[in-house]
Amino acid sequence: MTDSVKNKYSILLPTYNEVENLPIIIWLIVKYMTKSGYDYEIIIIDDGSPDGTLEAAEQLQKIYGEDKIVLRPRERKLGLGTAYIHGIKHATGNFIIIMDADLSHHPKYIPEFIQIQESKNYDVVSGTRYLGNGGVHGWDFKRKLVSRGANFLTQLLLRPGASDLTGSFRLYKKSILEKLIQSCISKGYVFQMEMIIRARQFNYTIGEVPIAFVDRVYGESKLGGSEIIQFATGLLYLFATT
Amino acid sequence: MTKLIEWLTVFGCIFCAWAALVTNKIENNFTKQYFSVILYSPIIFVVLFGVYAAMVVLYRTFTFNNCEEAAVELQKEIKEAREDLSKLGFKFKKRSK
Repeated sequence: MTDSVKNKYSILLPTYNEVENLPIIIWLIVKYMTKSGYDYEIIIIDDGSPDGTLEAAEQLQKIYGEDKIVLRPRERKLGLGTAYIHGIKHATGNFIIIMDADLSHHPKYIPEFIQIQESKNYDVVSGTRYLGNGGVHGWDFKRKLVSRGANFLTQLLLRPGASDLTGSFRLYKKSILEKLIQSCISKGYVFQMEMIIRARQFNYTIGEVPIAFVDRVYGESKLGGSEIIQFATGLLYLFATT
Repeated sequence: MTKLIEWLTVFGCIFCAWAALVTNKIENNFTKQYFSVILYSPIIFVVLFGVYAAMVVLYRTFTFNNCEEAAVELQKEIKEAREDLSKLGFKFKKRSK
């Protein structure tokens, strides 16, 4: 690294009932981050999972050390936005990486995110399923059609300057993420869309890395009527306000 | 300016121009000759755009990468992780499934 100040990457992992996935994802992060040589820490924010996720996290902390695995559990489910705020407060890195703990986001992409960020000093780097070698695994035709249709509509109406708005595998400069979270009102998964749209509004630069999204290996994935309604209202809200 | 206002502005301008043509505020040989095309042009435009959108979305759906390799690789790595973690002393919870 040419920088005199060494970068550090704080990886935020919000979890809820991920006892099966958590050890695997941690193992993968450690594997790829060790190989790439970047300085990092993993902050696990467990929202009172009844399945023993926190106990698993404690075991992992013993194995990998308290400097690598940081536990910041909360009493109960309080939502993604506040989980990030909670995690950032304890993050010691100057960059924050946000990803899902359900193995749909593979840690092998993190070094790529970092390289892209460094190449153009991007404020945000977003994983995308819709470009280049990116894609999804485990989706049937209907699910792909809905996803592509929703993405087309979003691109048409919002022209966000990023190809994947609903994905949540991203790298942010810490100060930028703090500012974005403060200015975002939406909850749940519309929150991810709003983050990128606000980033565009503030003229932050956005880089992209194609990712292969492997849908939940353990547990169930959801796409129901309520997700579609959530998406539609979120889209209209952003269309009218940004 | 919000995206909504942008859209309203652009469509408002186009609508005014179209209204001026169909109500004969602007009149010349060209508009007389193609009056019905001009009259129905919004519908034609919507239909054409609909076809374009459907084609694009369907094309992208069919060419959406399946990422089989990534899934296979992940399964392999999960096995590896379980073995390695067990060696490191990690106790996996009994799987309920």
